[in-house]
Amino acid sequence: MRDAAKTAEPPPEPATPSVAMITTLGLVSALCGLIIVGAYQITLDAVKENQRIATQRAIEKVLSGAARTVAWHALADGSLTPAAPGAQAPSGALTFHAAYDSAGALMGIAAEGAAKGYSDTVRVMFGWSSHCQCVVGLSVVSMRETPGIGDKIITDAEFLANFKALDVQLDADLKGLANEVEAVKHGSKTEPWQVDAIAGATITSRAVARAINDAAGALLPRLVPNLAKIENGP
Amino acid sequence: MSADRPIGGVTDAWENFTEGLWRQNPVFVMMLGICPMLAVTVSAINALAMGVATLLVLVASCALVSALRRFVPREVRIATYIVIIATFVTAVDYAIQAISLRLYEALGAFIQLIVANCMILGRVEAHASKNPVIPSVINAAGMGFGFAIGLFALGSVREVLGAGELFGVSLFGPHFQPWVVMVLPPGGFFVLGGWLLLFALWERRRRNRAEAQLLLAAGRD
Repeated sequence: MRDAAKTAEPPPEPATPSVAMITTLGLVSALCGLIIVGAYQITLDAVKENQRIATQRAIEKVLSGAARTVAWHALADGSLTPAAPGAQAPSGALTFHAAYDSAGALMGIAAEGAAKGYSDTVRVMFGWSSHCQCVVGLSVVSMRETPGIGDKIITDAEFLANFKALDVQLDADLKGLANEVEAVKHGSKTEPWQVDAIAGATITSRAVARAINDAAGALLPRLVPNLAKIENGP
Repeated sequence: MSADRPIGGVTDAWENFTEGLWRQNPVFVMMLGICPMLAVTVSAINALAMGVATLLVLVASCALVSALRRFVPREVRIATYIVIIATFVTAVDYAIQAISLRLYEALGAFIQLIVANCMILGRVEAHASKNPVIPSVINAAGMGFGFAIGLFALGSVREVLGAGELFGVSLFGPHFQPWVVMVLPPGGFFVLGGWLLLFALWERRRRNRAEAQLLLAAGRD
């Protein structure tokens, strides 16, 4: 019995000096830091390029036929400046993309909006045209809604038809939207600023409407008074 | 224990590799890493990408841990392993962003969560920290492939049943009504259960046959 207890006991290990532990952790962390920075540097260009292509695709989807796009910042004081490629947006600035046709005339702008959906934030890009003061196209940038239900916002033709001419006019003093963009129960859309929700996916539909409402409500009051500035490119 | 003695020869290396592939398959036998397993296997491509990402992290971490095994004091080994695993997860995370943003969006937080996959820490602690680099890498590759195959087995079935597609290619034409529950979280459990049932039946048949043969041999004597 005593023998069994003796053999079960682990042999006493020599205590490791603290310095050795700290040195090991320090060296391993330094090595790992090098690996991470190396991986970041190697992939950086490809990641940036991927992001650019993804944005480009989303813009083309919401404003079909765009020959050239330029990114702009709408600053908090209401002025517009062209966004330098790769530079950080100044604080409070809203980014949007102006799209020009092959003749160089402004077709419209594309901007992103986001709102909380059923399971996570739904991020959308919408196209806006100055001719009708309305949303003319919608593309979902990212979402994690229920497959087969909420993800119909990407494919449902009836739902997407809402965004062919969704009214987002500004009110008389150009401070906000004249009418709040809102999702209404499936089949009860009566006004041009309403979004006919997908049956069974009301929460996700509402998130899309709110994303457009919030983003347009913030961006358009800065953009519309300065529209002449972006009409012919930077 | 085979893990303790040095491994030599082609047969041993093969044994070492197939341990994770079949006998100790992390998905179907050890049931490790269930969280990413159920969450990302909604389509074959997601499952395969997750499996390959985990495989790369596992092999790289095991190689480095094994190379450093003589220098790491016992007291700080877990901290060291986690730092090493997290490093390779970050590297794989960047690599996926560089390959495809759509895939990155689909896999979401589960790439970062590979850090917490107990299968990896388990392999590092139980095998790589006690064996030379080459056997560790072979064993890790076997486990990684086993995990990837397991995820693929779940993902492909779920995509076929839940969306009527495989790798995004429609299989049954436009009149197929997708079995949506299969791509929802409960579907993961259903399909995993189905596979386990299949393996258990297969194992029982094999055992029965072996017993029958034994009886036959005994009868002949």
